[in-house]
Amino acid sequence: GRLLCGPGLRRSGAGLLVTKCGLLRHRAAGGGAYWVDSQQKRYVPVKGDHVIGIVTAKAGDVFRLDVGGSEPASLSYLAFEGATKRNRPNVQASALGVGDLIYGQFLVANKDMEPEMVCIDSSGKSSGMGIIGQDGFLFKVSLGLIRKLLAPKCEIIQDLSQLYPFELVLGMNGRIWVKAKTVQQTLILVNILEACEYMTAEQRKQALAKLSGN
Amino acid sequence: FMQRGLDSQTKKQLEEEEKKIISEEHWYLDVPDLKEKECCIIEERSFLSCEDLVYGRMSFKGFNPEIEKLMIQMNSKCKEEETEVDDKMEADVSDEEMARRYETLVGTIGKKFLRKRDQRVLKDDDEDEDDEVEEGNSNPRPSKRAKKMFLKPQD
Repeated sequence: GRLLCGPGLRRSGAGLLVTKCGLLRHRAAGGGAYWVDSQQKRYVPVKGDHVIGIVTAKAGDVFRLDVGGSEPASLSYLAFEGATKRNRPNVQASALGVGDLIYGQFLVANKDMEPEMVCIDSSGKSSGMGIIGQDGFLFKVSLGLIRKLLAPKCEIIQDLSQLYPFELVLGMNGRIWVKAKTVQQTLILVNILEACEYMTAEQRKQALAKLSGN
Repeated sequence: FMQRGLDSQTKKQLEEEEKKIISEEHWYLDVPDLKEKECCIIEERSFLSCEDLVYGRMSFKGFNPEIEKLMIQMNSKCKEEETEVDDKMEADVSDEEMARRYETLVGTIGKKFLRKRDQRVLKDDDEDEDDEVEEGNSNPRPSKRAKKMFLKPQD
């Protein structure tokens, strides 16, 4: 079968070259894949990634979103579920304006073109993408932490979910949006998520125990 | 140039000349074709295809029920490796009942499309059945049983 060489590796001639520093990972399923698990804070748009973008401007039919990359991404107003030329996205009783948060995926993202985002998937359904609601808190973490949190059966997420009800959106560009019932709870969650990058599992459990004791 | 009335022969000659001119102008490499090696390595820049990542939107303890539904949907898709979930939808009507209903349905709809004469015959049959079932009932309308023949008007 075909071997997949992921981020951090590049094909050169008959062999592979490493372009980033980090841990080499291997996956045997599906034909085998190798990639380098590197750590960085700066995001580079990649096709298919789900990210959180901030609307910075409206230019005609297109929104300009800041995704943390080198260029602002463009998002057409037709790229939402059920949007037509006459029916502009008017989600959640507030027309999409500057400063709103959008969860979408990249349709086009390479070094030669301006990145384009859409809020529908290939079958035309929104499946959770689109404008993110009111309130909540947006903050930035490193990309490695995001991938750790998105791993299946992540312990951090499981521990946090026992605390209190909250909503969480993770963007691959390092941005996390959290919303809980009170401001205090939201801020606690933010602090834990930011700090758990450098905490060991035990320290984290101690911190959570203190909180649930309160 | 479009020239009417050109013979087919002259046309052919013109075309051939054009082709010659074009093929001489075309540059081509005098190098033998490079053998394309079968590339068995695919390059990808995204982590999604390498690692098994969960969907990014989550909700816990019922904060946002729509997203919780979505979570179950998306994560079950990933885990089952997109095996088609062809679970038999629980039918509202059981198969037997469906067959029964269908039987009677065919009869009633069939009656609708019968011609008038046949409808009358059907009616008689129905009435006969009814009479057999009901005991001690005087025969209503016996005259309708016999098909009406043409009666010549008496002068």
